[in-house]
Amino acid sequence: MNWFTEPFQYEFMQQALAIGVTVAVPAAVMSCLLVLRGWSLMGDAVSHAVLPGIVVAHILGLPMLLGAFISGMLCAVATGYLTEHSRLKEDTVMGVVFSGMFALGIVLFSYVRTNLHMDHVLFGNLLGLSWNDILQTGVITIFVLVVFLVRRRDILVFAFDPQHAGVIGINTRHMQYGLLTLLSLVIVASIKAVGIILVIAVLIAPGAISFLLTDRFERMLFVAIIVSVLSAVLGILGSYHIDSAPAPTIVVLLTVLFIAAFLFAPKRGILRQLKPDQQNIATVESASTD
Amino acid sequence: MIDTTTQSGAGVGDTAADRARVRAYQSCGDGVCGIEANNLTVIYRNGNVALENANFAIPTSTICALVGINGSGKSTLFKAIMGFVPLSFGDVSILGRPAGKALARNTVAYVPQNEEVDWNFPVLVEDVVMMGRYGHMGLLRIASKIDHTKVDIALERVGMTAYRKRQIGELSGGQKKRVFLARALAQEGEVILLDEPFTGVDVNSEDAIIELLRSLRDDGHVILVSTHNLGSVPQFCDQVILINRTVLDFGETETVFTQKNLHRAFGGTLRFHVLTGHDLHDDDDPRQVTVISDDERPVVLYGDDANNGEENTKGDDASQQP
Repeated sequence: MNWFTEPFQYEFMQQALAIGVTVAVPAAVMSCLLVLRGWSLMGDAVSHAVLPGIVVAHILGLPMLLGAFISGMLCAVATGYLTEHSRLKEDTVMGVVFSGMFALGIVLFSYVRTNLHMDHVLFGNLLGLSWNDILQTGVITIFVLVVFLVRRRDILVFAFDPQHAGVIGINTRHMQYGLLTLLSLVIVASIKAVGIILVIAVLIAPGAISFLLTDRFERMLFVAIIVSVLSAVLGILGSYHIDSAPAPTIVVLLTVLFIAAFLFAPKRGILRQLKPDQQNIATVESASTD
Repeated sequence: MIDTTTQSGAGVGDTAADRARVRAYQSCGDGVCGIEANNLTVIYRNGNVALENANFAIPTSTICALVGINGSGKSTLFKAIMGFVPLSFGDVSILGRPAGKALARNTVAYVPQNEEVDWNFPVLVEDVVMMGRYGHMGLLRIASKIDHTKVDIALERVGMTAYRKRQIGELSGGQKKRVFLARALAQEGEVILLDEPFTGVDVNSEDAIIELLRSLRDDGHVILVSTHNLGSVPQFCDQVILINRTVLDFGETETVFTQKNLHRAFGGTLRFHVLTGHDLHDDDDPRQVTVISDDERPVVLYGDDANNGEENTKGDDASQQP
């Protein structure tokens, strides 16, 4: 039990735990959407594209979160516009836009002398945050969570069958940009904790793991949240005991869980597929005799 | 009744489009048209003219086939009806209302092609059917008792009640199609669009689907079916729209679905197999058998005993058989 409680004598560990869990929940919810909608690259793109916004906000003395958000949305909107107005496919356009914005951010960063640490921007600074940072993150994540959970059925239809969403009167264009806004908000809220490079891991892995384990959207959301929070807590604790950085430790844990799900998932695991599927055959028979 | 002679005489010009419009007006009689398109033109951003001056009208209580080659604008026409592509010119109305307003009123149900659906998606059969009810629910999409009942009825009607707790990827091609039909039933849309409903579907499911469409038609629905399956068109479709970047012809199946028209719609892309003279008859009977198919070669059997292999002729070799 000491293994769990001992680290939290320190305030920086309490803060790390608080922000870790605060970020883990909306990231998990959003990861389900990314996995189902095939938006993984979009998550990667937006998270890289926030860099110039962070630097510019720093230069102008504006809040970092604001700069990051504007920059991230710019990437999403520019990608949409360029895809519609050229013959290029979306992933190509996205690759050009986000690598360009990321590079611009790095150039700006080295051109302007700041007291920002590139390491912190890239890999997060879970142990160096203030309660004020945690409060800001908390406000954003609660907003995202409430919107997502209240509108989850519309989001489900939009992700599953946008044409059906259209014929039942859902404005798919608003939906698309609304969800991109939520995605940008989650990324912006997570960046101080896990950094630009690793944010994509917490934005994809929980949904990917949960997708292998579940057959229903709401269960998928639930399992993703459990997986995400569990990895955050154990990752932060583990990093204390083995003296590693917390964010990468969380990501390593998520990856281990993903491999485990890939191998051992009860219905879709690779081991299950190698054996003849006794249980499934049985359910087929019972269903057809109903 | 609408006096169509005065309509056509009252200053309407004599262009082909005007004539088609007048015919469209006539074909719905005195009632409201199910789906009506006037000079419908869709030009994509890259300059590709997908549809030009398409005119047609489908009355209510009708099953109408949408027939044309790949790239003839069938899916564009569906998208135009559902409001997914901007119209460059012209308009579509559904049950007498502009298409946009009709969509907001939840009148159109769409049954997608099996290839368009992500079958790994974590939804159960009953979840998909419940999506049909969303348009009847409030902003939070909370299902009422009525919604659950309608889902039960829809599942029962397509014979999928036993599979309601299955994840959709676990179904056969025909069962998958029936799930989406059940969603359309639950939605209670007066207009149902089906995109290639018979692709990847076994014969039993095909018959079941046709039976269901007939009963929906008898309930007053307008059903528009895009299909490659030319053989089944006369079997269950009351009307046909022939399309090749514009509407070539539309109307009753007997008058529109003719050899000459199919030649126009398909150009050289159809296989025509004509069996005449001594291939077919031992006497001088001048009648001939014409077999038309698009991408698949038909098997044509003729004779006293269809199971007798010697009488079988297949595909292109048909006319070479002794």
